Amino acid sequence: MEEKRKDTPADPAREAAFKAELVALIPHLRAFARTLAGDPTSADDLAQDAMMKAWDARASYQMGTNMKAWTFMILRNQFYSEKRRSWRQTQLDQEAAERTLVAVDDPEAPVALDELRLGLGMLPAEQREALILVGAGGFAYEEAAEICGCAVGTVKSRVSRARRALQGILEAGNYKRDGASASEAMRSILDDAERLSALR
Amino acid sequence: MSTRGGDDVAKTSAGKMIEQRHSDMRPDMRRKSDPSLDEARLRQQAIGVKLRQMFDQVVNEPVPDEFLEILKRADARKPGQV
Repeated sequence: MEEKRKDTPADPAREAAFKAELVALIPHLRAFARTLAGDPTSADDLAQDAMMKAWDARASYQMGTNMKAWTFMILRNQFYSEKRRSWRQTQLDQEAAERTLVAVDDPEAPVALDELRLGLGMLPAEQREALILVGAGGFAYEEAAEICGCAVGTVKSRVSRARRALQGILEAGNYKRDGASASEAMRSILDDAERLSALR
Repeated sequence: MSTRGGDDVAKTSAGKMIEQRHSDMRPDMRRKSDPSLDEARLRQQAIGVKLRQMFDQVVNEPVPDEFLEILKRADARKPGQV
């Protein structure tokens, strides 16, 4: 509220609180970055840049508001401004899709995660991002709209289109990959989901 | 959705619910619980669960030390210093 002048010494308690909250958000920033950037290394670079941008802008953050949404917005802006600088990135989208998110090759990881990852990679970027923010990041439509800088209705329609498209892709086995048959992926996702919800 | 045959569907763990698809198509029944709607909902829920699982997998990874080091270095900077 009151104008913070550059030469005003920062309030150490506030700084510490800000820092603690930011540190707690690092895992989430990494996960979101992983869905945007092509590989885990550039994802971590992106997450680090976003973290530093947030730290540098801490004076403009209003404590008590939604820091997660605020940092996600910073990360997203960072990603797209870098992307604009290197058009090459767009060429890598398909390739990237095959490595996104869960990069560690865990043989124990259920196959369906892989399929889901590939399916996600086939969605248009703005649909993927909306679905991830709302469906995995736990953001309300309003918050996702703020993060993406668009209208709430736009987010809603992107999410619903993304859901339908993803389901279609998974059922048709329409991702680039040989081996696993068409509805195998969907079945395995259903089975897994049932097992997971039974645990709760 | 229509790419899957009934046999296929019946084999899934959700088969019980989905099998009804062919029988109860009267409008009054449909309003109460349209099997194909249930099926769609179930699948969307399943995708949602997996999506969160996928995201949480990264969230649960240990944070590389680098992050905290960078932040510590930045914190040590005197205000006004760049």
